[in-house]
Amino acid sequence: RKLSVTRKMAACRCAVILLVVLIWGDFSLAPAESKRPEADAPPQPARDAADSFVKTEVPGAHDDGVPAQAGEEPVLGEAETLQPREPEPRPQDEFQEELVIRPLLSGDIYSSFQFRTRWDTDLLHQGKKVSHYRLFPKSLGQVISKFSVRELHISFTQGYWRTLQWGQPFLPAPPGAELWVWFQDSVTDVDGAWKELTNVLSGIFCASLNFIDSTNTVQPSASFKPLGIGNVTDQRFLRYAVLPREIVCTENLTPWKKLLPCGSKAGLAVLLKSEKLFHSSFHSQAVHIRPVCQDGQCSRTSWELRQTLSVVFDLYASGQNKKEWSLFKMFSRTLTEPCPLASSSKVYVDVTDNPQGELFELSPATSTLSQAVVLGDRRTYSVYDLRDPESFGILRSLNVLLKWKGQDNGDMLRPLLHAERYVGGYGLQTGDIHTLIYNHHPFRAFPVLLLETVPWYLRLYIHTLSVTSKGHENKPSYIHYQPSKDRLRPHLLEMLLQLPPNSVTKVTVQFERALLKWTEYTPDPNHGFYVGSSVLSALVPSVVAMDTNSTNDRPLFSSFFPCLEESGYFMRVYTEPLLVNLPTPDFSMPYNVICLTCTVVAVGYGSLYNLLTRTFQVEEPSGGMAKRLANTIRRLRGVPLL
Amino acid sequence: PSLPGEGFFLPAKMAAPLAVVLIVAVTIRAVLFRSSLAELIAQRVEVVSPLNAWKRVVEGLALLDLGVTPYSGDVFHETPLIIYLFHFVIDYSEFVFMIADGITAVALYLAVQDYNKIVFRKQKYALEADRYPRDVLELIQTPKDMYYIPLKVALFYLLNPFTILSCVAQSTCGLNNAVIALFILCTIKGSAFLSAVFLALATYQSIYPITLFAPALLFLLQRLYIPVSLHCPRFWVQALQYGVMFLGSLVVIVCLSFFLLSSWDFIPSVYGFILSVPDLTPNIGLFWYFFAEMFEHFRLFFLCVFQINVFFYIIPLSIKLKEHPVFLMFMQIAIISIFKSYPTVGDIALYMAFLPVWSHLYRFLRNIFLVSCVLLACSALFPVLWHLWIFAGSANSNFYYAITLVFNVGQILLVSDYFYAYLRREHHMAHGLYLKRKDGSEATLVLK
Repeated sequence: RKLSVTRKMAACRCAVILLVVLIWGDFSLAPAESKRPEADAPPQPARDAADSFVKTEVPGAHDDGVPAQAGEEPVLGEAETLQPREPEPRPQDEFQEELVIRPLLSGDIYSSFQFRTRWDTDLLHQGKKVSHYRLFPKSLGQVISKFSVRELHISFTQGYWRTLQWGQPFLPAPPGAELWVWFQDSVTDVDGAWKELTNVLSGIFCASLNFIDSTNTVQPSASFKPLGIGNVTDQRFLRYAVLPREIVCTENLTPWKKLLPCGSKAGLAVLLKSEKLFHSSFHSQAVHIRPVCQDGQCSRTSWELRQTLSVVFDLYASGQNKKEWSLFKMFSRTLTEPCPLASSSKVYVDVTDNPQGELFELSPATSTLSQAVVLGDRRTYSVYDLRDPESFGILRSLNVLLKWKGQDNGDMLRPLLHAERYVGGYGLQTGDIHTLIYNHHPFRAFPVLLLETVPWYLRLYIHTLSVTSKGHENKPSYIHYQPSKDRLRPHLLEMLLQLPPNSVTKVTVQFERALLKWTEYTPDPNHGFYVGSSVLSALVPSVVAMDTNSTNDRPLFSSFFPCLEESGYFMRVYTEPLLVNLPTPDFSMPYNVICLTCTVVAVGYGSLYNLLTRTFQVEEPSGGMAKRLANTIRRLRGVPLL
Repeated sequence: PSLPGEGFFLPAKMAAPLAVVLIVAVTIRAVLFRSSLAELIAQRVEVVSPLNAWKRVVEGLALLDLGVTPYSGDVFHETPLIIYLFHFVIDYSEFVFMIADGITAVALYLAVQDYNKIVFRKQKYALEADRYPRDVLELIQTPKDMYYIPLKVALFYLLNPFTILSCVAQSTCGLNNAVIALFILCTIKGSAFLSAVFLALATYQSIYPITLFAPALLFLLQRLYIPVSLHCPRFWVQALQYGVMFLGSLVVIVCLSFFLLSSWDFIPSVYGFILSVPDLTPNIGLFWYFFAEMFEHFRLFFLCVFQINVFFYIIPLSIKLKEHPVFLMFMQIAIISIFKSYPTVGDIALYMAFLPVWSHLYRFLRNIFLVSCVLLACSALFPVLWHLWIFAGSANSNFYYAITLVFNVGQILLVSDYFYAYLRREHHMAHGLYLKRKDGSEATLVLK
């Protein structure tokens, strides 16, 4: 904890440096910037409303990549059409916000915020300097253009997502900080850009990302593909790093909130109060930047910034053991208005398990329902549109209340894929990493990509790798292994495994614990060293497609071949990070060790030197001290010696 | 005084006992290989080091199979020749290590037999020329004393627990020992070319044996009755010839390795690893804890000091022992095994095999009892303190470190004691055993 504080302080110092850099950068851009509207400038709700149209967007469904405003040509102002130097259409930045509340059957509650900002600037092809920022945060825009970033994904997570109790999260993230970046193929010095980028991000998010160096950075060959448009898949331009020890707290939330167009002053972001958010079982905040198509023909690209924040409130810690949740109870705030800059602002409550209101009661009641296939499962949501003044009722505030009726919740559908990991063995010499991958699908096998990043001080022995499913050896069809280099680079192990239906696959690999130099240990060495989560990426067969016998509410002709949309979905699962103890030297005695070892070497040197330089001689008695003294006096007197 | 003829040194007479020793040694190893102890022994840090652990050889082969250069990681540090050797004989590795031990023992046996013949001949000429003082006759090695020495050497090597452990752990140290033993054999047999080739091979395997160049050259010169003098052209011719043969074979071997893997990656990965000591896994040597606790800005300085320490002793030793190259060889092998960066018990076993050759020095050894007790006690304490530190958690690294210190002091005392005894015996051989002072009373010898 103390360490993390010092690291955070270092990070904050970085932030100050970064600010100086950014301010300097601002000066260089200042002339072009004079007419830049600030985020807190008077909003233009009327025009925004005209520009946007109500989209049946699926909450939480990710990677649609298709822009919301395909084909709609805005009416340009007279003054703008007269400007001859601007042939391109006027930028159509757009901002959407939404909150999804999913009551979990354990009695906990999962809230997930998503803020999506679209920035219609084509940095990819023009490469020009952009100085005009409207909704998109300038700090991130400058980062993208300066470092030629194609995609950037960063997440900060406190706590571990319990898949077996909570099901799948909308956006999975490993405990600690995770950062992965695709650079554009024009970047020549990727490592240099990565180094600089991590330091800049460290300042922006006030986190210890500056601790990312070559010893925890890898280039996965298959697990992390670009999520936006573009077909650069050469792993040379990808960097991936995890800091499992990173502790996420208020100082990371504040800069994250500042990236929003409305800040935390209006809209859904007023709920983000750190004293409540961090009093939870799980907290994860992320920033995803990727290029998306601007129109249907994809002739122009836009930048999409998704800021997500997920939080799970515990029934006992936050809910006082009462199965009754409200926005006020969760966030100690209620909603009073949407963000005026937002083109859409909605609250979704997952009511799939509660079609007739038998499990819980939802108030205020809403008649708007929305259906979507999320993570391979068909879900139903109650929707509150904050742009509709009626949502706020007569009290001018919206406080969604969920009240459970019974105590018995029934069983949750087990997630089809989940994984566990632990360290086996005893003592501080060797050990094994065991990864258990569960496929709960009753009849279908599917492949998963497993990515393990192990620090160099746990020396992996790849020849001890064993993969077994149902008691048989399950040979991976693809293995990409990059051995570690001491103090330079971690181990990277990626493999493609076929998981048999309804099985547990066990991946075991042995390692040896290294003794480090005394300066390489963390301040609390006997706490142990963290090993980042391993990552499972899989195309999981859909839950909807699993039920081949179901004929309810679907026409018969639709149910023979599972249709493409529902047949599989991409899923990423993170395992637990590991905590491994290493043998330690005694930190209190470097001087003693140097003295003692040098003494032994000196004993060897001395005894050999003695024998090498001296010769054997017969010892002649030279007499005692008295005799020598007498002889000295006699010599002075000139008398013969004794 | 008359001495029996050279008939004592007929090899045929000794073949049967040697075969028995070999069979016993192989049986012990085979039993241990089949027992559950083998796995335990293969994990002992005293027996295997990052340089020669069998697990790492297997890992290197596994990496080759995966299509990854074994030297791209920091687990594999064997030379390319070793990996190619085991690429073909991986299934018979146990036999390879047993055969290597057998070769070492037989080579040492033959070498010591020849060396004894040389010693015997020298003594005979000296006696005939009446060069020895009267009272040193009891110091002269009789053929009867020397008769069992070669067998004892083989016995000391093959049945030394250190060798057995090293062989059962399949530490490639056994192979290095075999190469060095063959080098000694070829040198003593007088074959300059083979000697240079094996020396190059030993150097290629672990750098440090390069210092054995000096004793080998001295021995070959002595054999050809060439005086070690910088003014003698024959000395220079012979030295140059041997040096060129050595360097030539080294270049050939290194180039061969390059062509096997078509990259020079093995140079930093093998020799850089030996010299810069990045892996601080505990072992019986002095490097690991010293460099784990070292202040970073002094690291390079002490690294240089410690490495020079291994190489430098050969210069004064060759000057002092230029008449006794075989003893010089023993001294240097011992110094290497004490001060090298990743020592294992297999290295100690090699120089300990020579101890029977110096059995005539026994009467001059000053603290052999103490040293043997220290070495025995330390060998027992190594696993105990390792267990306390690593598994029980009731001790810390200082315990194990303390034992390595004591063990190394013991080894240093042993070597310097033998050195002292050897010099003292030489002194007596020149000046008589019972020395008198000027006044006729009995004198004591001191180093001045």
